[in-house]
Amino acid sequence: MSAHHPHGHGDHANLDHDLHSHGDTHGHGSLKGYMIGFVLSVILTAIPFWAVMTGALGDTQTTALVIMGLAFVQIVVHMIYFLHMNTKSEGGWTMMALVFTAVLVLITLSGSIWVMYHMNTNMMPDMAAQMGGGM
Amino acid sequence: MDNIIKTIFGRLSIESLPIHEPIVVGTFLGVAVGGIAVLALITKFKLWGYLWKEWFTTVDHKRIGIMYMILGIVMLLRGFADALMMRGQQAIAFGDNQGFLNSHHYDQVFTAHGVIMIFFVAMPIITGLMNYVVPLQIGARDVSFPYLNNLSFWMTAGGVVLVMASLFIGEFARTGWLAFPPLSELDFSPDVGVDYYIWALQVAGVGTTLSGINLIATIIKMRAPGMTMMKLPVFCWTSLCANVLIVASFPVLTATLVLLSLDRYVGTNFFTNNLGGNPMMYVNLIWIWGHPEVYILILPLFGVFSEVTSTFSGKRLFGYTSMVYATIVITILSYLVWLHHFFTMGSGASVNSFFGITTMVISIPTGAKIFNWLFTMYKGRIRFELPMMWTIAFMLTFTIGGMTGVLLAVPPADFVLHNSLFLIAHFHNVIIGGVLFGAFAAINYWWPKAFGFKLNQFWGKVSFWLWVVGFWVAFTPLYVMGLMGVTRRLHHFDDPSLQIWFVIAAFGALMIAGGIGAFLVQIGVSIWKKEELRDVTGDPWNGRTLEWATSSPPPDYNFAFTPVIHELDAWYDMKDKKAQAPTEGYRAIHMPKNTGTGVIIAGLSTAFGFGMIWYMWWLAAIALIGVVVVAIWHTFNYDRDFYIPVEEVVATESERRRLLGQGA
Amino acid sequence: MSTDVLSADPAKNPTYYLVEDEDHHHESGGSTAIGFWMYLMSDCLIFAILFATYGVLGTSYAGGPTPREIFELPLVALNTSMLLLSSITYGFAMIAMEKNQKSSTLIWLGITGLFGLAFLSIELYEFANLIHEGAGPQRSAFLSSFFTLVGTHGLHVTFGSIWLVTLMVQVGRFGLIEANKRRLMCLSMFWHFLDVVWIGVFTFVYLLGVLR
Repeated sequence: MSAHHPHGHGDHANLDHDLHSHGDTHGHGSLKGYMIGFVLSVILTAIPFWAVMTGALGDTQTTALVIMGLAFVQIVVHMIYFLHMNTKSEGGWTMMALVFTAVLVLITLSGSIWVMYHMNTNMMPDMAAQMGGGM
Repeated sequence: MDNIIKTIFGRLSIESLPIHEPIVVGTFLGVAVGGIAVLALITKFKLWGYLWKEWFTTVDHKRIGIMYMILGIVMLLRGFADALMMRGQQAIAFGDNQGFLNSHHYDQVFTAHGVIMIFFVAMPIITGLMNYVVPLQIGARDVSFPYLNNLSFWMTAGGVVLVMASLFIGEFARTGWLAFPPLSELDFSPDVGVDYYIWALQVAGVGTTLSGINLIATIIKMRAPGMTMMKLPVFCWTSLCANVLIVASFPVLTATLVLLSLDRYVGTNFFTNNLGGNPMMYVNLIWIWGHPEVYILILPLFGVFSEVTSTFSGKRLFGYTSMVYATIVITILSYLVWLHHFFTMGSGASVNSFFGITTMVISIPTGAKIFNWLFTMYKGRIRFELPMMWTIAFMLTFTIGGMTGVLLAVPPADFVLHNSLFLIAHFHNVIIGGVLFGAFAAINYWWPKAFGFKLNQFWGKVSFWLWVVGFWVAFTPLYVMGLMGVTRRLHHFDDPSLQIWFVIAAFGALMIAGGIGAFLVQIGVSIWKKEELRDVTGDPWNGRTLEWATSSPPPDYNFAFTPVIHELDAWYDMKDKKAQAPTEGYRAIHMPKNTGTGVIIAGLSTAFGFGMIWYMWWLAAIALIGVVVVAIWHTFNYDRDFYIPVEEVVATESERRRLLGQGA
Repeated sequence: MSTDVLSADPAKNPTYYLVEDEDHHHESGGSTAIGFWMYLMSDCLIFAILFATYGVLGTSYAGGPTPREIFELPLVALNTSMLLLSSITYGFAMIAMEKNQKSSTLIWLGITGLFGLAFLSIELYEFANLIHEGAGPQRSAFLSSFFTLVGTHGLHVTFGSIWLVTLMVQVGRFGLIEANKRRLMCLSMFWHFLDVVWIGVFTFVYLLGVLR
């Protein structure tokens, strides 16, 4: 199909440019971007430390959920403002690699914990009890 | 005095040398005599300079690919020798007869066999194939990071050196190929075997990870203009997915082995039996690497079969798009099935059923691939050349292996078959039937590209039939015995009624030995008669992908003019449209320079491993510092490339045209 | 840039070869960003395994100390701020690099290195204290996984610092040439990546540990 397609000079230059964009297309960010990222990170770090050190939120479980949520947000902040992630750099490959890795990290973490939790309960009841006591 | 010796040699002493094992001493003498002969010949013909300049320090992906293949084939001989010893031992060790291997030695043999076959045979062979073929198929001049490529190869070779050293200095692990704790912990394996295992895998693992990154970057960034992802040859697609799996799973192995080494060297309690350690965690972690690993091995060969089927059927691959998506689905699913390797460890019904179902699901995309190959052959003009014969043998063998795999994926069935010879038969069925048959298909297919002459057909066929028939003779008895409940890794049997099966299996192993022999003869005869088998066209099979567009062997720079791609089967399209390569307008070509840094860093890493294994801390420390210093020193060298002068390019290309003209 | 070889009638004869040859086939620089990113992703999985190990074994105290008894949050907060500050100073170095200001780049890199060293010193101080109190990595599976996870991060920072010094020497000697800029960009990704990992460490290891 494309064999019958006319291919002028301009066409080629385009193709060539898309496939072989020279150098990295990673943006290096601006002063403003870095400052936003920094301020957000400071806030997102300060809140969890404060919450845990003062116990201000009362309930342990709520605190745990809140600080895990904040950690997730801060990771996203770092990705955007410090690592300059976006869906366009390197033709989207970096983002795809990141998403793939994130999925694998999720699988390994939750999978291991799930598998090992069941294994401990079934095969090492003593240890499971001990773990329960430690919680 | 004792202290000084201990400081210098660590725990290495004269007793560490296995002089009490006649088999090992015999092997050592054989290797030593053979090795000295080879070294002497190289010295006599003054080949050292040539080897160093043209091969050891090369950054050319083609030469590195060939070196990987040689490494893999040499290690195949070692790994197969272990297999023969096991088959021999099990064929005679009944009743009063204890066989010729004591259990101490036998345990090392089966561990070494597994480790070598996976890490130092299958991995180098697939890495070698990908290295050689991928840049050619995408119309590139080399990989993205040529120097890193050289380093990766030498790190793999460093791992090989450590494994081979364990044969003569000290001993290898007696734990099975995955070194499960608590057996592999210091308390139960205080000797150097497990340390050899750990460091050989770590050194080689670095190389594997780096080459994975390199090939991914190559496929993403170096494709010729016009080659969109959906015009990428299937072999490149499967290589891409295999390398994604490498980059995403080898770190898991590295981390897991680090934890095991910390247990052994520092005294931490990850996988110990006390102070909160949990050996089951090791099994869990190592299989998170281990399952993707089997797909790392098989995916590139799926690519090979696709290329071969399409070329020798003279047809476009049936269902290219579905093939690509099947590969991607396998890539992702391969991370969701690891627990099927330890159903019996006791995670319970819910966990087991989840992993049982995911395992069965993964057979769907694989089945789709088989149908695609069949439909490619359907109504094709099939030429039964050697690569095609291997491919058909693969389809038959692998399908049966896949079916026994699905059987094992059913948790209740697995409770019966787990750890039995049925399992052994199953994974040999897929690894030999898939990876090895694929490797032979690939070698027969691409050999003319790499060396400019075809391989001898007669000996190729002898090798083919001995391998295929030998495989079934060797492993059918194992399926039968596995169903009867015979477990793996046994050194001696009491029930004489089993012996006949083991004798048949040993006979099969001997046939395979004949197959390997015939393969070596095939190469020898082909080199001897290469003028008769010469191919000057660069396209002996009427190929479809770009590697056949250049001469055989390709020049250092692969393509004088970068090809432009319009269709999936780019070279077929070019032939179809009678596109002629330009005969003028050559330019000087920018190429990377050779470097010895890879050899040096890998050598130091191997020395580091050796120092750690034998507790020679000074050696380990010096080598580690050496690695860092050499690596930094290397970064101060900014002058890493050169130009092939235009006259040289013109000369090479006009010689190619002269040969082509002769052939026509 | 490209020239048609068979230029007679481009509609019937599409180009099959590029006679032009820019160096894009050998500019490894073009692949560096993606290659280095792949490496970071693989490193990420090493950390994932260490986190998973901590997640599974982190409550196996074996009768030994628990997180609440041994973690000192003020120290961790101080450490976290060192790393965060080093991230922003590295950012300033990159901005200076973009503007081709060599000395300013070097100064910011130097400051980044100092924050990195401060981080490492605090971590070593913490480790030394723990070992001194009998809460070393051999004590329990919890402590084994704690020391390994945090120590591996520390090793990365150490490695990053050595790399940083090397780059400072190279920028000093050869200036902000293309190759050096590329290397600074890689180290930038590495350094910020370590900061991301640290978010996981202080949240999941220290804060959640103390909460237990």
